[in-house]
Amino acid sequence: MDIVVCGKIIPASTVTVEIDPATRRMIRKGVAHELDPAAASAVEEALRLMEKEGGTVTLVTMGFNEITIGIRTALAMGATSAVHIFDDALAGSDALATAKALAAAIGKKPFDLIICGTESSDSYSGIVPGQLARLLGVPPVTFANEMTVEGNTLTIKRQSESGYDVVEAELPALVTVTSGINEPRYPQLKGIMAAKRKEILQMSVEDLGLAADDVGEQGAREKVLEIGRPPKREAGDVVEDDGEGGKRIADFLAEVKVL
Amino acid sequence: MADIIWVYGEVVDDAVTSTTLEMTTKAAEAGAAEVILLGPAPEDAVELLGRHGAGKVYRSPDPVFRDYLTLPAAAVVESLIRQHKPAVVLFASSYGGRDVAAAVSASLDCGAITDVADFTLTDGAVEAKIPALGASYWNTSTLVHDDVKLLLVRPKAFEPAPNPKTPVVEEIATPDDAELRKVRLKEKVTAKAEGPQLDSANVIVAGGRGLAAEENFDMLRELADLLGGAVGATRAVVDSGWVPYSLQIGQTGKTVKPDLYIACGISGAVQHLAGMKDSKLIVAVNKDADAPIFQMCDLGIVGDVFKIVPQLIEEIKARK
Ligand SMILES: Cc1cc2nc3c(=O)[nH]c(=O)nc-3n(C[C@H](O)[C@H](O)[C@H](O)COP(=O)(O)OP(=O)(O)OC[C@H]3O[C@@H](n4cnc5c(N)ncnc54)[C@H](O)[C@@H]3O)c2cc1C
Ligand SMILES: Cc1cc2nc3c(=O)[nH]c(=O)nc-3n(C[C@H](O)[C@H](O)[C@H](O)COP(=O)(O)OP(=O)(O)OC[C@H]3O[C@@H](n4cnc5c(N)ncnc54)[C@H](O)[C@@H]3O)c2cc1C
Repeated sequence: MDIVVCGKIIPASTVTVEIDPATRRMIRKGVAHELDPAAASAVEEALRLMEKEGGTVTLVTMGFNEITIGIRTALAMGATSAVHIFDDALAGSDALATAKALAAAIGKKPFDLIICGTESSDSYSGIVPGQLARLLGVPPVTFANEMTVEGNTLTIKRQSESGYDVVEAELPALVTVTSGINEPRYPQLKGIMAAKRKEILQMSVEDLGLAADDVGEQGAREKVLEIGRPPKREAGDVVEDDGEGGKRIADFLAEVKVL
Repeated sequence: MADIIWVYGEVVDDAVTSTTLEMTTKAAEAGAAEVILLGPAPEDAVELLGRHGAGKVYRSPDPVFRDYLTLPAAAVVESLIRQHKPAVVLFASSYGGRDVAAAVSASLDCGAITDVADFTLTDGAVEAKIPALGASYWNTSTLVHDDVKLLLVRPKAFEPAPNPKTPVVEEIATPDDAELRKVRLKEKVTAKAEGPQLDSANVIVAGGRGLAAEENFDMLRELADLLGGAVGATRAVVDSGWVPYSLQIGQTGKTVKPDLYIACGISGAVQHLAGMKDSKLIVAVNKDADAPIFQMCDLGIVGDVFKIVPQLIEEIKARK
């Protein structure tokens, strides 16, 4: 089974991301990056499937520079190879432009299954996978808390408002997985060594066969006009528990007439 | 003439969703509201939409739209947009809404703005207000083309309000293309929680990783019961499998606005705050004085949940 995983390389969770007021974009320069945890869950799910069914796992990522750090993480976990889309012309891409670039790269080869995160951890629009499925003409099977493939049928437990739905589709398909679907493995030394020899195929906008105005600032349908800070909520009383903390809360509840 | 604003209406667990009514109310304020409602719905659904300002409802009761996800609905919405050219289409940031909006935004090549908390429509141009980076920023965004503008709206962004109309109903035919029946719903499993629902509860007692184990949620349930409230949780807790996902509050869970929110052993990550920061009153219990939740609570107790919550429970029982 040939599985494609789409995953982002994002600012590390230890970094407080700021927005540059001039470009209205996230400041990524000089910031530590890592494989998006949402992507790590997708890679993990792909690896489990590959271990069962054989085949390949290819990570496809669109990044905004040459940083390969998170790509190596996915390869060290066990992904077979990676496709890294980067090009200055991609700066300013919105979700649809991102989906177009991913679709162009993925569409170059046959595949059985695409696995995405339900949303990325940094921009979390959550619409790239649905757009990608539509552009590639494969069924979107989303919000999987659990997934299995039997023969040619993909079955998932899909999160719902009040429980879950059992949903199925034939392959080739695109599935999105939630953060709760698994606990991604940590790369081991052997994997890290092996990753150094694995292929990272780099692709530019031209390689993808896209026009400059399909992607990037020119291709983006969405434009940020203004950024601001929301008003801060005033902090009230914060007190150390002196052994009467529970009573203190009960007094407060009585004061505001909840009790 | 007022701009036509469509709402992609949804029925979940046999009821028109509250976000559908919120969006319909807003659409009727900002322009002329029309709703697309596909699949089985309660008998009074059209009337209910009319009461919230819908002047027209595009309607099909065909179960195809329930039994096959996304593709039949997206095909209908696409072709209706091509035919009628509304100025704006609003979708809820829900499971169904997000998938249909994503598909339509790609096939019409028009993009979409997600996570919209408010918007204005002036001469066909949309300006949407969206919290970014877990609400540490607010962006104002627009869509730079003359086609239809798709917006994915946050739950509880708007207040539903009466605005009675008698909607015209236009029946929609179901596309019979087999290609659109590829994502099949086999079974629905509902785990209905007892007591007040999170979405509408006046009091929410929420627990985080600080509760340390699944069984410790019992004490939160007891506290919630005493206050006539509901229990909620952080993603860390849901991912650990201690409580079902339907209890998750935050950016990727529910958005809640209760009168009182009691946060127990919750650090206050921006993604959690995104779902509860508009609560009227916030009480926090955390053993770490530097936990971010303390920067936005009305009352914070720095201490151990396992001492404070049982004491609070005893205290409430004593005062009742
Ligand atoms: C107007 C505008 C300008 C922007 N300019 C920039 C910019 O200059 N630089 C910048 O870094 N960001 C920029 N962004 C943000 C960037 O384009 C988004 O990250 C992109 O739109 C993807 O959306 P998302 O992260 O919300 O994806 P989601 O839909 O939340 O992602 C869900 C899943 O889709 C897949 N996926 C999404 N994005 C990628 C990707 N890049 N590679 C592989 N898989 C992916 C993953 O599986 C992911 O888990 C801009 C956004 C907007 C709206
Ligand atoms: C894209 C994305 C979406 C997300 N969506 C959501 C979402 O919808 N909802 C959500 O909640 N999170 C979400 N998160 C996760 C979020 O970033 C945090 O990881 C999560 O909210 C942390 O949960 P927590 O507060 O329970 O755990 P922690 O951050 O681990 O906090 C536990 C707290 O408990 C305290 N504690 C420990 N023991 C005790 C004790 N005995 N007594 C008192 N206090 C104690 C600790 O001091 C600590 O502050 C999302 C993350 C991403 C990247």
